[in-house]
Amino acid sequence: MTVNWKALDDTRLRRLKPLVFLAALLPLGLLLTAAWQDQLGANPIEKITHNTGYWTLTFLLISLGVTPLRQLSGANWLVRLRRMLGLFAFFYACLHFSTYLVLDQFFDWSAIAKDILKRPYITVGFAAFVLLILLAVTSTNAMQRRLGGKNWKRLHRLVYPIAAAGVVHFAWLVKKDLSRPLLFGGILVLLLALRWFYKIKSARLRRSYSSI
Amino acid sequence: MKLPGIPAIPASEITPRELFYQRRHFMQLALGGSTALIAGAAFGGEKLASSLSEAYGLTDKLTPLEDVSQYNNFYEFDTGKEGPAKMAGRLKTRPWTVSVEGEVRKPKQFAIEDLLKLAPMQERIYRLRCVEAWSMVIPWLGYPLAELLKQVEPTSEARYVEFVSLHDPEQLPGQRRAVLEWPYREGLRIDEAMHPLALLTFGLYGEVLPNQNGAPVRMVVPWKYGFKSAKSIVKIRLLKQQPTTSWMQAGPSEYGFYANVNPEVDHPRWSQAKERRLGEFLKRPTLPFNGYAEQVAGLYAGMDLAKNF
Repeated sequence: MTVNWKALDDTRLRRLKPLVFLAALLPLGLLLTAAWQDQLGANPIEKITHNTGYWTLTFLLISLGVTPLRQLSGANWLVRLRRMLGLFAFFYACLHFSTYLVLDQFFDWSAIAKDILKRPYITVGFAAFVLLILLAVTSTNAMQRRLGGKNWKRLHRLVYPIAAAGVVHFAWLVKKDLSRPLLFGGILVLLLALRWFYKIKSARLRRSYSSI
Repeated sequence: MKLPGIPAIPASEITPRELFYQRRHFMQLALGGSTALIAGAAFGGEKLASSLSEAYGLTDKLTPLEDVSQYNNFYEFDTGKEGPAKMAGRLKTRPWTVSVEGEVRKPKQFAIEDLLKLAPMQERIYRLRCVEAWSMVIPWLGYPLAELLKQVEPTSEARYVEFVSLHDPEQLPGQRRAVLEWPYREGLRIDEAMHPLALLTFGLYGEVLPNQNGAPVRMVVPWKYGFKSAKSIVKIRLLKQQPTTSWMQAGPSEYGFYANVNPEVDHPRWSQAKERRLGEFLKRPTLPFNGYAEQVAGLYAGMDLAKNF
């Protein structure tokens, strides 16, 4: 029996979800294994900070990739994984921020306040994190109902500036080699371009329907 | 040799040499095959004889060799920290010559073998403070750059010294990308270059330099940020004018000619007030001139260090 990947039924989706959940935990698992085996190198705190930051950005881009991928493939059920992927971006962002707070600064509040106010890359990173909290808190069905579909959608468009701020945060902290932040930035631009393309296409389609 | 103002460390604080190296061998054994392989590929483990110069002892705990040789900034190999150690096998350090030229009476090409014998090799334990706010403590082997400069007799016009590193994308694959302008160039004022702390360096931890640490010959200028200490040097030029270094070109507002370690003057994008000593959890305050203020602050008397960053 072949699975129709375009139209996955509820039973299959229910089986798929835990697998996606476990896959999304894999980066953390690998990081913890490396820590356990003392494989984090000479500067473990730096490595943990970079790793969790990297996966935050990656999950942000993956969750932003859901809609374009759905449109390209026609697999509409993908959208039902989006909340989990977005929450994993938030999960890694929490780990990233805690690493900074506990391991890097060890609750040195005055140094943290100075960083947030004076260091543009920390300012944008922190702002993105605060906005991401807002999205995570309003991600439940109940909150969606309370806010109303339109407002909720408008609020959750904040994910674009958040992802952009994440890329800028990365670009501003590297000393010289911009290749990795530019890669993230390039993927973000591509995903936004795809959305824009489909938006125009569907608007045209609607217009041509209404003219019939 | 004892410099005024440098407290010699009490003999009780110095780990006996034999013990020190036993520990190193123990670690190598404990870490087994993989480390031995990496170490074998990167450096022959060739011993360098030296005498520990007590004036340059430090009570700071040494950063383990594994960290010193596996966590490197050496963009000629790779911009990551662990890349240089992986790529370093491509660098051929023999034959090697260093040309000393410019404003000197006796310009000369030195074969590395001659440089190694030019002056008595000393072991010196220095702090290394990276501009990225981490630091290490490393037992280097070398002798003051002044010993070499004296041989070529700088003219009275020589006011600056420029160091040029090897440029060969075959051996240094990182040079295929224009991350910095190659070859890597660094510089010192002549009085900085002649200072007894400025070490022409050939080894660390009792052996010749691992390639990823700047083999076969590099500078170590402990009161300045790490990038000021040029690696794999092929040319030393004495100049009338202040040279423009690779990092000054890359970011004139972020990297100045002096780059003295200074907790008061932040990098435009991050604070320099504290540093993480590798192996320690809490950050420690960064010291002016990386703790060498007594010896070198006089070189900058009357200068605005915020302007001359």
